[in-house]
Amino acid sequence: MNVRLYVWQRLSAVAMLPLLLVHIAIIFYATKQDLTAADVLSRTRGSISWALFYGLFVVLAAIHAGIGIRNILVEWSPIGSKTAGRLATAFALLLSALGFRAIVIMVLP
Amino acid sequence: MLPDGAMVKSMLQDMTVTLWRGKAEGAFQTYKVPSRANQTVLDVVTWIQRNLDETLSYRFACRVGMCGSCAMMVNGRPRWTCRTRVAKVAANGVLQIGPLKNLPVIKDLAADMQPFFEKWQKAKGVFEPSKTRQDQIERIKPDTPARLAADAAVECINCGVCYAACDTVSWNADYMGPAALNRAWSLVNDVRDAGQQERLEAVAGNGGCHACHSHQSCQQYCPQTLNPTASIAGLKRKTAQAYLKGELK
Repeated sequence: MNVRLYVWQRLSAVAMLPLLLVHIAIIFYATKQDLTAADVLSRTRGSISWALFYGLFVVLAAIHAGIGIRNILVEWSPIGSKTAGRLATAFALLLSALGFRAIVIMVLP
Repeated sequence: MLPDGAMVKSMLQDMTVTLWRGKAEGAFQTYKVPSRANQTVLDVVTWIQRNLDETLSYRFACRVGMCGSCAMMVNGRPRWTCRTRVAKVAANGVLQIGPLKNLPVIKDLAADMQPFFEKWQKAKGVFEPSKTRQDQIERIKPDTPARLAADAAVECINCGVCYAACDTVSWNADYMGPAALNRAWSLVNDVRDAGQQERLEAVAGNGGCHACHSHQSCQQYCPQTLNPTASIAGLKRKTAQAYLKGELK
């Protein structure tokens, strides 16, 4: 961990907090309203706002989790920090790919 | 005040002491040592060396808690042995003493402090003068925030107790450790010091202050009741601010 990773991890956490609250509120809303997948998709398809909201969320989560995974690998496994950095980057890219795939399915008409 | 009989009885009782013998490879050996009123852990080690086994190696100097030489693991916890009374730490009269954790063992109870002091250097824990001997001595007001922060961290005796207590040191060989970073923090707050940029760069890199998990074992065990965790938190703030201003990469 160095100051660059430290600051990015903290700032991504701070930036994610309001997004997370909205995300959880949406989950509660959707379950309370008994929305089906089709109901949800009918509201999100074609929505640039939802694409931007979750796009930002995915990027922040990938940065935050990537740095965290790197730290865990450095501290708890015998691999060096360079290998840990590469593995963590790969993990962050995987998270981004999964996240953006979900967004594409959610918002493309 | 104990009655005379009880005092005599307590003095005649033996306690069981196990000491680490060997280097990295070795074993705990058991000794019988007479209990004495007010004896310290260092008294016990010295008694064994003088009466039972003169080949026992350990380190001490001042015996009054100033020099920081005699720290050892006592019943699994790092302590300054000259100021630790047996009565306070020996549960059921059993005492196990080993060399400080997280450091190589030279022999028996003597840990090799070299990595500890190398990291002290790496953290730029050395005062860099900004004046020459021809300059006036700078007046330092004792009540400024920077001086108060420096004073709070300055009484470290380099005993290595915090280094042995630290979980992060035990799993991260690059981590500079609480004492070195605490020293760096006291210098960061010293307005006379001219080496601030290099120091911030040193503690902001891998193995620096951001590796700390704030477990606070350093604070828990520091015999000087310093708070290295707070010092490290100060370094985290200072380096993060410098990074956001573009002064650190």
